[in-house]
Amino acid sequence: MIPQQESDFDHNYLKPYYGKLFPFADIFKWMTYGHDGKHPGCDQSYFGRREFSFTLKGDFYLRFQSFNNALELENSIKEKCPLKIDIGPVYTVDPAKRHAYAQGDNNVFAPVERELIFDIDMTDYDDVRYCCRGADVCLNCWPLMTIAIKVIDTSLRDDFGFKHILWVYSGRRGVHCWVCDGKARRLTNEQRASIADYYRVYKGNENSHKKVSLMGAALHPFLATSYTNVLKDYFEKILLTSQNLLATEERYEKILSMIPDESIASELRGKWQDSRRSSSAKEDINVVRWEQCKQLLQSGKHKAQGLRRCVEEIVFFFTYPRLDMEVSKHMNHLLKAPFCVHPKTGRVCVPIDPNQCDEFDPTTVPTLFQLLEELNNEGLRADVNGEWNGTSLGNAITLFRSSFLEPLQKACKEEIERSYNLKLQQSKNSVGW
Amino acid sequence: MEIVRPQSHRNLFSSNDAVSVPSLPLYRSAPPLEVRLEDFESFAIDRLRVLKGISDGLSRGKKPEEMEKLVKELWKVNMRHQHASEVLNKDIISHFVLRLVYCRTEDLRKWFLSMECALFRYRFRFLTPEAQRAVMDNFDLTCRAVNNVEFESIKEKLGQVARSMGQPSPTVDAIFYKVPFEEVPELVAGRKVFISQGYAYVAMNQVVSLVATLFRSQLSKTLILTNRVAINCCRKWTSSIREQEKHRLTPIVEALSSSYLGPDFSQPREYAEISLKDIDQVAKSSFPLCMRHLFDKLKEDHHLKHGGRMQLGLFLKGVGLNLEDALAFWRAEFSKKVGLEKFEKDYSYNIRHNYGKEGKRTDYTPYSCQKIISSTPGAGDQHGCPYRHFSEENLRAALSRMGVNSRAMEDVMDKVRNRHYQLACTLTFEALHGMTCDAGINHPNQYFSDSQKILQPKKDSSAQNLVTARE
Repeated sequence: MIPQQESDFDHNYLKPYYGKLFPFADIFKWMTYGHDGKHPGCDQSYFGRREFSFTLKGDFYLRFQSFNNALELENSIKEKCPLKIDIGPVYTVDPAKRHAYAQGDNNVFAPVERELIFDIDMTDYDDVRYCCRGADVCLNCWPLMTIAIKVIDTSLRDDFGFKHILWVYSGRRGVHCWVCDGKARRLTNEQRASIADYYRVYKGNENSHKKVSLMGAALHPFLATSYTNVLKDYFEKILLTSQNLLATEERYEKILSMIPDESIASELRGKWQDSRRSSSAKEDINVVRWEQCKQLLQSGKHKAQGLRRCVEEIVFFFTYPRLDMEVSKHMNHLLKAPFCVHPKTGRVCVPIDPNQCDEFDPTTVPTLFQLLEELNNEGLRADVNGEWNGTSLGNAITLFRSSFLEPLQKACKEEIERSYNLKLQQSKNSVGW
Repeated sequence: MEIVRPQSHRNLFSSNDAVSVPSLPLYRSAPPLEVRLEDFESFAIDRLRVLKGISDGLSRGKKPEEMEKLVKELWKVNMRHQHASEVLNKDIISHFVLRLVYCRTEDLRKWFLSMECALFRYRFRFLTPEAQRAVMDNFDLTCRAVNNVEFESIKEKLGQVARSMGQPSPTVDAIFYKVPFEEVPELVAGRKVFISQGYAYVAMNQVVSLVATLFRSQLSKTLILTNRVAINCCRKWTSSIREQEKHRLTPIVEALSSSYLGPDFSQPREYAEISLKDIDQVAKSSFPLCMRHLFDKLKEDHHLKHGGRMQLGLFLKGVGLNLEDALAFWRAEFSKKVGLEKFEKDYSYNIRHNYGKEGKRTDYTPYSCQKIISSTPGAGDQHGCPYRHFSEENLRAALSRMGVNSRAMEDVMDKVRNRHYQLACTLTFEALHGMTCDAGINHPNQYFSDSQKILQPKKDSSAQNLVTARE
């Protein structure tokens, strides 16, 4: 468990954080998506139509904030010192002017672009982790987030063809994903819902019975790939042991209850109730029992219905990503901005490199206090890159820029130029008879 | 407006040439036909009967095979014409008249779009292969068939997808269409297609879904355009056609859109107005299982997640709970768990929002059975339709807590196993009230008001008002 020190966060320290460390210029560059006015094809109104919202001290909530340029954004945040900054969609018109446009039935104020977003929260896995509950996370259950990043990131790229994907630590117990390709930003609610459903495997809650149901003679290629490349190994080599999934009666009964064939379940129960160590006492008891379980389920001796995919169903139940469907389905859903500080933990919402997510450690993410201390120790030396460079935040910002922002900007510029040239071509063609 | 393809023009008018006629028009542009006034109205009403029938069938949870039969029947009965050559014209004219009528508000558009798309989908299914290909040609689909080389490279994956749905692997001569995944959201959502680099590989037997989506997006766009045109037309109408036609056409057009099905429970009935002190009692006697469950869970946990708050909250609104009482009700429960301050901060806003007092001031309508059945409750959720979302044991326990006897229980469970969730709820109603419910349960508020009618017959049960369509 990460100890929650009361003093990890103090609202007063947000002022110097926003003053010297928060990367305004980078957030602005991201949010303009190339529409910075430097090319004739730029849409000057684009940034101004983006909604931001601020949660202030005392739980005041300011929605529909919008800004015309980077300076306005920066000044407003520095002045208000929000506890949390959320990013909303880009609307048809400046959100500040929305009332003028909402006329009765035909609502002209509507979202037109919004990143495809995902929110994965550790509390949704409470029924498969024994080390922590609720808001706590530790290195024993964090692999569940690593799994989610690997599975979803791979699929977003390989299956859907998306390229500009940002993963961010939520600051406490989960991760967020921002898919920023133009195609993703222009998806309708229905299309977003279809992608969220494509990723949905775990269904149900305490009222329903079977929560993971993998029917059919084969798994869909996406599920099969996820299982083979990620889920199986994480389950067998990490979670089985770190969560002691089969070590005690209470825990193994949970897995036995997922086996539809009572004779197999009793056979295993018989083996395990007898708690004498097996001959190879060196081997972890969870690993041994899992092998026994797999053998019986996959032997083909018992032909009961529903048995075919039982092993996979168990593995999926304990490992497969659980997304918050509602977050992804609606264009107007707000999501916390990267580089905010989480008020409960003091940790900064830093980007996570999906290619190295195995190495991400939520317990070593820089905190507000830590960063300010580092700033003090650095003295008054002003780095040309910004004062963050001398602090632990440096790596996070570098990662943000090199792996996400720069490739994204390049692609955006290309897109703007392409569509501008196309428009020119079309107007040339229409001039003649 | 849109350019009419030469093909569709020809097909429209050369009704003698049976082979080249696509029996499924795409309604891309209004035909320059003369219509007699009587036909104007009667064609539209006939088509409206078909659409109403479809709406009815869907809300009763009919399965696809049943819907297919229903649509065939409805079409045959209502859309025939004494002159075979006029059948196609009737089809097209009736669509365009209804389009004029139903383009006017967001709700009407939504309903019309849903029903026309459902109609299109089922009619497509029983076209001949040539006719289907003709439709697909119109959507530029045939050029997106996958060639042999590509097929070989993905054959294994296509096989996996097929087998995951209990179908055999595709053979060498199987046709697949490669389309952007955005065009087949249903298939993507159900993991029924192989997707790679942004493209979905759609099998021939899934083409219906693809064509339906394309039809839907086309119709959706033109409905909004039609609205703008209609507004302009009305202005022209009233100015130039003033005395004569205005009195003939406008009333017909108006009447068509109000000739609709059932109440949407957005206006609570007088006799059903309940107050805070009544709630516990009526919950036990007149709430359907879905709402009873939410209510009980709320009392137990002093909390409900968003889905549950919406489903129960809107139901209570429909039952007659006013905003003040609603706030008091939710506050009483939630403050036991999260405290008064947090309730005011985090939850009261949403309650007022539901009553149309905040934000864009939409007065939300209580959810129908169809909507509740198709919801997807996840971890920690208590909403949804228990007949669908509960395991058998949990459902039995919940029903016996409600007081359903063991014999009725078996009938109910039988319906559940056959996925007739609304019929299961109807049987529950009948078992608990000792009376039949012929209309069948379509809406939780209907369950409530029917129940109250039986339990409190003294109060005036006035006829239900017909209001405009809403889904």
